[in-house]
Amino acid sequence: MFPDASQIVFVLTALLIVVSAFQCVTVRNLVHAALWLISTFAGMAVLFVLLNAGFLALVQVVVYIGAISILVIFAIMLTRRVMQDASAQTNSNWYVAAGIAGVMFIATLYLLQLPDALTLGASSLVPGFSSAPLPQPAEFIDAAAFNTATLSNLGLALSSPDHYLLPLLLVGALLAVAMVGSINIARDDKERE
Amino acid sequence: MSIPLSWYLALSAALFSIGVFGVLSRRNAVGVLMGVELMLNAVNINLVSFWHYGAFGASTGLAFALIVIAIAAAEAAVGLALIISVYRRRKTVVVEDINLMKF
Repeated sequence: MFPDASQIVFVLTALLIVVSAFQCVTVRNLVHAALWLISTFAGMAVLFVLLNAGFLALVQVVVYIGAISILVIFAIMLTRRVMQDASAQTNSNWYVAAGIAGVMFIATLYLLQLPDALTLGASSLVPGFSSAPLPQPAEFIDAAAFNTATLSNLGLALSSPDHYLLPLLLVGALLAVAMVGSINIARDDKERE
Repeated sequence: MSIPLSWYLALSAALFSIGVFGVLSRRNAVGVLMGVELMLNAVNINLVSFWHYGAFGASTGLAFALIVIAIAAAEAAVGLALIISVYRRRKTVVVEDINLMKF
């Protein structure tokens, strides 16, 4: 069987994500690590487009690439002088960490290849979810109409009290509290009195 | 013929493991936070791919992924503020040296 276009795009994106993430945790210079992190985020946005979640791809670009990476780069630059290139960037137990991460990855892959892995034996509990091959949304409806329907569904779900209005408000409150708190924490002591 | 769900899950597992390695092995506190961001992104791949292969019309996975992104932003802001505050008082961002609360 020959791989189709979406599979080729997926494999290339997955390679980009894994290589960038690996560089991000291993490279010595932290500014370079932040740039690799941005590259990982960009790969994630491509993945969201592949998954027909265009809105989430946009949010990924705006929030992660736009906001969080800027925060990270600012933090790196504000704390720059301490450990530039002199000392080691990894602690003495890094091989234990590598072992834990490797065992976790292999165990997850093992669980994934079990015959019932994707349903956990609960296919009857979750409506619309079975171990049989699932219908591909992109195949029985054209992508533009699907995306519009998805986006309006998401907006309705986020603004209706029966669905996610309360979580949305709670997240907004949490974000506001976190911002006020972080300004308070990071403020210089001399300005306080 | 398109992409199987298990490919996404395997990629997500790989990204999560790389993030765990970063959190456990970095000495710089900002590096640890970058590892946490990688792990949160891996969770988002899982949520969105299960949404994509799950029931048609439901938007649960997307709503959850949006909430995870918002919480990741809050976490990054608070964590980086703490790191800057610690750096201002103790002139270090090495996690091993931030041991004031350790017996």
